[in-house]
Amino acid sequence: MKPYVRPMSGAWWLHRGSYLLFMLREISSVFIGVYLVMFLVMLNRLSQGPAAYDEFIAGLKSPLAILFHLVALAFALLHTLTWFHLTPKAMAVWSGEERVPAALIIAPNYVAWVVLSGVVAWFVLGG
Amino acid sequence: MAKSNEPIWWSLFSAGGVIAAFLVPIHIFLTGIAWPLGWVAGDTLDYAKMQALLSHPIARLYCFVLISLPLFHWAHRFRFTLVDLGLRGVNTLLAVLCYGAAIVGTVVTARVLWTL
Repeated sequence: MKPYVRPMSGAWWLHRGSYLLFMLREISSVFIGVYLVMFLVMLNRLSQGPAAYDEFIAGLKSPLAILFHLVALAFALLHTLTWFHLTPKAMAVWSGEERVPAALIIAPNYVAWVVLSGVVAWFVLGG
Repeated sequence: MAKSNEPIWWSLFSAGGVIAAFLVPIHIFLTGIAWPLGWVAGDTLDYAKMQALLSHPIARLYCFVLISLPLFHWAHRFRFTLVDLGLRGVNTLLAVLCYGAAIVGTVVTARVLWTL
């Protein structure tokens, strides 16, 4: 037996703000992926020697590259925020009979995010 | 119920989502915005400095996890986004292409980091 699939327009996600936000959240993974592939290219250039590497990082200063990174950062932040706010939905924490409030599950994510970002920055900036 | 390999892909998706949420923004900010705009020291990304940083095995392992897991996160989301946009008929093909791309990306990442 073949299940019935209701025909749906490919533009359904434009019909409501929450659908659009959902779609932007899903698309964030594309920008994160493209950034990481570029990071991989950077590491590959590093393995090819100073000339190849310097050429790559000079390209990071082009206006187009900076624009891409600004857009990618906006999508990455959208992913971070939506991911943190999903945690209480994905994980129900109970304290005795009481369910731990969502805010108490979300907040530690922000703390960990700030700490981890600081650690990465410390290493990269040569602390 | 038919045996399913969805739990594997879902676990990788989830782990990649965590890595992307906590670590990707600072990387984009540092290499793509702060350094090109001169907000941090000009020698931050110097060849010798990066070589020294990545000579440490833990730094390489970190980069492997940073790149590989979010690729699986992308694969899972992108696959279902395309299905939601109406490509339900080629669901299996999409799964092969998306997860396949993430696997290829993981292998290439391992190779690059190994030869570094």
